[in-house]
Amino acid sequence: MISGFILRALEGKIVIAAGILLAVAMLVPALNLLTPPDSAFHIPTYVMALMGKYLCYALLALALDLVWGYCGILSLGHGAFFALGGYAMGMYLMRQIGSRGTYGNPDLPDFMVFLNWKELPWFWYGFDMFPFAMLMVLVVPGLLAFFFGWFAFRSRVNGVYLSIITQAMTYALMLAFFRNDMGFGGNNGLTDFKDILGFQVQAGGTRAVLFAMSAIMLALCLIVASAITRSKFGKVLVGVRDAESRVRFLGFRVENIKLFTFVVSAMFAGIAGALFVPQVGIINPGEFAPANSIEVVVWTAVGGRGTLIGPIIGAILVNAGKSYFTGAFPEFWLFALGGLFIAVTLFLPKGIVGTIQHGWNARKALKAAAEAEKGRDAGTPPVTQQVQAAE
Amino acid sequence: MLIRLFSMIFLFLCFAASSFAQGPDPKPLLNQLADANFSQAETLVGQIATIGDPRVVPALEAFAEGDLYFRKSDKAVFLAKAAGSQLELIDPVTGESAGQVAKGAVTKIRVNNNLRRAIRAALGGLTLMSPDRGVRLSAADSILRSPSAEALELVEAALAKETDAEVKARMEEARAVSLLSSDRSVDEKRAAIETISSLGGREAMRIFSTVSSSIDESLKPEVDKAIAKIQGQLQIWDLAQNVWYGMSLGSVLLLAAIGLAITFGVMGIINMAHGEMVMLGAYSTFMVQDVIRDNAPYLFDWSLAIALPVAFLVTGLVGFVIERGVIRFLYGRPLETLLATWGVSLILQQAIRTIFGPTNQEVGNPSWMSGSFPLGGMTITYNRMWIIVFSLTIFFTLLFVMKKTAYGLNMRAVTQNRRMASSMGIRTPWVDALTFALGSGIAGIAGVALSQIDNVSPNLGQSYIIDSFMVVVFGGVGNLWGTLVGALSLGILNKFLEPSVGAVLGKILVLVLIILFIQKRPRGLFALKGRAVEA
Repeated sequence: MISGFILRALEGKIVIAAGILLAVAMLVPALNLLTPPDSAFHIPTYVMALMGKYLCYALLALALDLVWGYCGILSLGHGAFFALGGYAMGMYLMRQIGSRGTYGNPDLPDFMVFLNWKELPWFWYGFDMFPFAMLMVLVVPGLLAFFFGWFAFRSRVNGVYLSIITQAMTYALMLAFFRNDMGFGGNNGLTDFKDILGFQVQAGGTRAVLFAMSAIMLALCLIVASAITRSKFGKVLVGVRDAESRVRFLGFRVENIKLFTFVVSAMFAGIAGALFVPQVGIINPGEFAPANSIEVVVWTAVGGRGTLIGPIIGAILVNAGKSYFTGAFPEFWLFALGGLFIAVTLFLPKGIVGTIQHGWNARKALKAAAEAEKGRDAGTPPVTQQVQAAE
Repeated sequence: MLIRLFSMIFLFLCFAASSFAQGPDPKPLLNQLADANFSQAETLVGQIATIGDPRVVPALEAFAEGDLYFRKSDKAVFLAKAAGSQLELIDPVTGESAGQVAKGAVTKIRVNNNLRRAIRAALGGLTLMSPDRGVRLSAADSILRSPSAEALELVEAALAKETDAEVKARMEEARAVSLLSSDRSVDEKRAAIETISSLGGREAMRIFSTVSSSIDESLKPEVDKAIAKIQGQLQIWDLAQNVWYGMSLGSVLLLAAIGLAITFGVMGIINMAHGEMVMLGAYSTFMVQDVIRDNAPYLFDWSLAIALPVAFLVTGLVGFVIERGVIRFLYGRPLETLLATWGVSLILQQAIRTIFGPTNQEVGNPSWMSGSFPLGGMTITYNRMWIIVFSLTIFFTLLFVMKKTAYGLNMRAVTQNRRMASSMGIRTPWVDALTFALGSGIAGIAGVALSQIDNVSPNLGQSYIIDSFMVVVFGGVGNLWGTLVGALSLGILNKFLEPSVGAVLGKILVLVLIILFIQKRPRGLFALKGRAVEA
């Protein structure tokens, strides 16, 4: 059954996308590590770091697309799940610093010594163990999503209201994490990481592995997302998006369907955050800022929501544009981003991939219609049926 | 020593009754200070005060501050002020300059705490008798603040002569306060306790707590009772002050949210550019003030009144353009209005940043907006008061427009049933555009008020946008009264949480409470009923 579930996920486009991601996961680190710096094929480390960051953002956008594009829940708080995953990873990395910090305390991170704390708070226990930390990367965002969603979906908070309370959630978390006595480093967040699993975070090899991991995780999550959306459950999910009441009247427990999707999506976001932190070397409460979460919505919208490849392409394109613009014309980045928001909502409501797909389908339908015209005498079924089949 | 001082003061009072300011010249007595030791100086201060010449007040004050010097050559006493490397000597009585000398030519007359106390008592006496009403009042006040048994006789003497009712009442209080630390009879003290406890406030509280340890056993219960009574009053005032702060915060929230109550609440547009409209309003104020400063400084007190229509028009126009250019294509797709308006907000922010620079702009307060006045046990600042008045005025004006004018009727008709309204001959696109412009214009007006209490920077709007949405959602979308109640109750809740948990945690708690509240009542405090809700 499981294999059937996975196999169904492996539709043509997804296989290609996952294949490309895996190839990237091999090729980019290889080009970075194995080619000499003056070679035409060499990829500098900073470019690889940047691409790794984009892949994490792409995973975050994919996570949002799962709830927004397929379930109709516009979450303006996905940055919170991303940041929580990042903090879980950051806490592991902090514990790995050990006595190499400025204050040389083997147990307490520097900021706790600085704040005159005597012992490790209970919620930091276990984060010195990598498997536990990785579990937390999934569990913490998942739990938050579970409780939040459990309350919200059961009371049938939806549409605009849900968007606004998810925004309130990430805003409240941001304020909370800015507080020094929360025990997460306050304003400065967690930084100055040294080791991950005994390898130096800054070393070229580690960076290459982290990059490869980002690409592989993205491919993996893409396949999982594809498996979910292409299953029967996925069909119901789209039903919830398009006609929630009708699905409810058909006897489905809409709140459970939404809750499951929301939690899975939050976990994806957590994974993205966890991969993001060691690559950029810092996590601070700024990641919770509501503006960040809204930006994720734009990546997804640009790429095309309701398609799985779209958000990945959108996240990479917009962020590459951002890197270029903020370098070349820092003044104009916000103009460009703002204009992009407006242009996409007005002219490309389906996003890049959605529009291409739509055009593709329309062409296929036309072709099919033409063929049917030709073969009418041969007794083929009526055109309309074929058009529907093609779509 | 003390008794001598008292007798001296008594003596002085005798004379003072007949005439003061015509006694002997205080100059020789002042000059004797030059080679007096501390206790002699204390006597001398008493004698100087006895003369009752108010002209010696500056000299005595200077003495207490340690600014009194004598010239080594002739032992004449002077006030001295630094003038470059030299000292400028000032005659202690007439206040005229007596030329400059080198620092080495004079010696400072030393002063200790006992002496300072004596000087203060003497000054209290001198000023209590002053012919100037204001001086007498402030002298009584200073005794009220730092009562001492020594002052008692002075106050009583002054009281006997006082004719002004207000000064007399203040002196009565000062007398009661001084009496408590003197060795008068228990009955008199009891009466004094009465007087002080009717005075109320933190002052009385402080007086009681300082005397309660030293007072006679028999009076203890009365003092305790008076303390309890004042404590009760103070608590009520604290409560009132908290409510006031809460209302003040609530009025800011109301101002920020009220435009959104139109664009989001009534029209259903998730208007993320709302904060930027507030910001544009604040920048309009800045521009108006800038023009006024350059061209007509005398109009500065009117700058806000001028800025109001300007801000309304500017932001209303921007709102109109946004509606016609972007939003009208997105009706019925609320979540996409969110994206588009967020884009608009980024563009507006960056535009302002490009034009005015990223730093805070200076917006001045007109004179009637600054300062404060006491009301019972609390202090009310004028700018907060005006902002409350202003926000309520806007609110009720808007309510009037919505409920009582033809335009408001059209607007409600369009939002309730667009097609029906259209077939009744209402130009719905026009109404949409005007409504969005109205909401934006009101946000701009709010910006004028908020420019008075917040930093005017390109990020101004960002800090209000989440709060505004919370207020509108909490109050109930589409209901202006809900916005009012939501804003005020969130403001007050915030201020009541603040003292116990701190500002940031208080804010977090309020957010969490709102999230939980939405679960319970997904449509807010005052939900609209009927079919329109489901649309």
